[in-house]
Amino acid sequence: MSPVIEVRNLRKTYGAGDTAVHALRGLDLTVEKGEYIAIMGASGSGKSTLLNILGCLDIPTSGTYLLDGIDTSDFDEEQLSLLRNRKIGFVFQSFNLVPRTTALANVELPLVYAGVRRAQRRERALAALDLVGLKDRTHHRPNELSGGQQQRVAIARALVTSPAIVLADEPTGNLDTDSSREVLAILDRLHASGRTVVLITHEDEVAAHAMRTVRVVDGRVAGVLV
Amino acid sequence: MRLFDIAAFAVRGLTANKMRSGLTTLGILIGVASVILLIAVGNGASSAVQQSIAGLGTNILTISPQRAQPGSPVKPLTTADAAALVGPDSPDVKYASPVVSAQATAGYGGTSYAISQFIGTDPRYFETTNSGVAQGNLFSDNDVQQARKVVVIGATVATQLFPGVDPVGKSMLVNNIPFTVVGVLAAKGSSGLQDADDMAVAPLTTTQNALTGYGSLTQIVVQARSADALPNAQAQVTTILNGRHRISQTADYRILSQDQLLTARTATTETFTVLLASVAAISLLVGGIGITNIMLVTVTERIREIGIRKAVGAPRSSILGQFLIEATLLSLFGGALGVAAGMLGTQFTIAGIKPVLVPSSVLLAFAVSALIGLFFGSYPASRAAKLRPIEALRHE
Repeated sequence: MSPVIEVRNLRKTYGAGDTAVHALRGLDLTVEKGEYIAIMGASGSGKSTLLNILGCLDIPTSGTYLLDGIDTSDFDEEQLSLLRNRKIGFVFQSFNLVPRTTALANVELPLVYAGVRRAQRRERALAALDLVGLKDRTHHRPNELSGGQQQRVAIARALVTSPAIVLADEPTGNLDTDSSREVLAILDRLHASGRTVVLITHEDEVAAHAMRTVRVVDGRVAGVLV
Repeated sequence: MRLFDIAAFAVRGLTANKMRSGLTTLGILIGVASVILLIAVGNGASSAVQQSIAGLGTNILTISPQRAQPGSPVKPLTTADAAALVGPDSPDVKYASPVVSAQATAGYGGTSYAISQFIGTDPRYFETTNSGVAQGNLFSDNDVQQARKVVVIGATVATQLFPGVDPVGKSMLVNNIPFTVVGVLAAKGSSGLQDADDMAVAPLTTTQNALTGYGSLTQIVVQARSADALPNAQAQVTTILNGRHRISQTADYRILSQDQLLTARTATTETFTVLLASVAAISLLVGGIGITNIMLVTVTERIREIGIRKAVGAPRSSILGQFLIEATLLSLFGGALGVAAGMLGTQFTIAGIKPVLVPSSVLLAFAVSALIGLFFGSYPASRAAKLRPIEALRHE
């Protein structure tokens, strides 16, 4: 069976000439289906750039990225938006919920762009909110929710389309200890139910939840700790 | 992804900031309403002028003295000229009324009023100009021969000078000379440019005695036997006057038919309408620029939201669609309200003109307002759609 993520010789350079910044310098990474991986690294090591490329939010300067067996190298913006919609669930450090919009509508958002019908959309969004324990907060707006609740809405939004991978960029970075524990418990449950999860963190306790930890140093994978 | 859902996002985007949406709508509303209203006012003025000229009759020639060419001899138009125009040499001329006119100040009791046209003529003038009497009587040929100080006044003069009083039989002072009011003319209404009822008519002889003196006539008004006979009548009048004034080349008088008058007046009011419409069009343009401005602000303010939508898989077309629909809804809503306001406005009389709605102007203004949304919204919308997801998300 082919891996969910297969990255070969990935490079990303910002700017050009003397002022060029090499964020990724030939990185290789493979993630198998059902794995739970933590990516760690100092700030500026390129781990966020890596996750953005894995999430199809950014495109690499060179190298290949196979997502669920599909080569994304020469995809245009239209095809990438389709991939983001169908294959990827992204959880951000700063939640990134649409303001002035209810939790339910936020979770429904990817399904709208996927063309799912209204009734089914609602059903699936409610199920996802139930999964993160927010069934009683469906009509609250982001500014009426705590940080932990907002992040759980964001996770519900990430998994409502049943994506091939869930990517999380320091999901607990803005949360207190209790909220962090809840969010990590949800990610653990996702993994237990067979989902592939990749998260970035710089806390060892968070990384401890993962099956293995990948260390990124200077734009390359430095070592894999199991 | 369906259009309905995208439209729902657009509506939510507009209702999220009602104050701003409302003010932008107001800009378009004013533009559309003023286009409709000003074109209606121009059109109303133009049709009022046409009606008032058509009301005079289509079989009339007006002869007035023309400013003399240097060196050429000028003879004044005289009562004898007018009399000569009716005879066996001019079978198509029915009547020719000599006319003198002047401004005069009339007084009754404690009030005084400046009449803009005090006309001296003969009784045929009333028939020629389609003037009916509302109260009392017209004056007769006998009144003209005896130079009796009698006067028939227009409706405006009657209301200004005799409020609540029956003017017939009353004596009013015209330039301090007492005249007896024998009748009041039926109201003709305003022609938009001048009030046709702001006038008084007295016998020619009396008016010359009291007001104008015995110089040249102001006009000779000729009525042809029918509208078809008008060209023949004009030729006969020209021949007779050329003979009497010994004209070989340049005439010292000018003949205008109602047709020519109509054409000249219509051209004037059309210019007036175009002027009004272009002022209104500018305000519509300003409204459109307002939409661009608001949409640019909206896009900038919501860059993060655009990033979020792209991150969960919104294709370019749906972002473009959302912001285009927002802009178009603003302008359509403003356009619809503007049409309503414009049509409401045409129910009122504005500056003495009854506006006449031009249906095509309503369609035009509404269609233009819809296009304005598409046109002025497309720049901000395409800017929003082109944003790279990661750049949009990083925007603070």
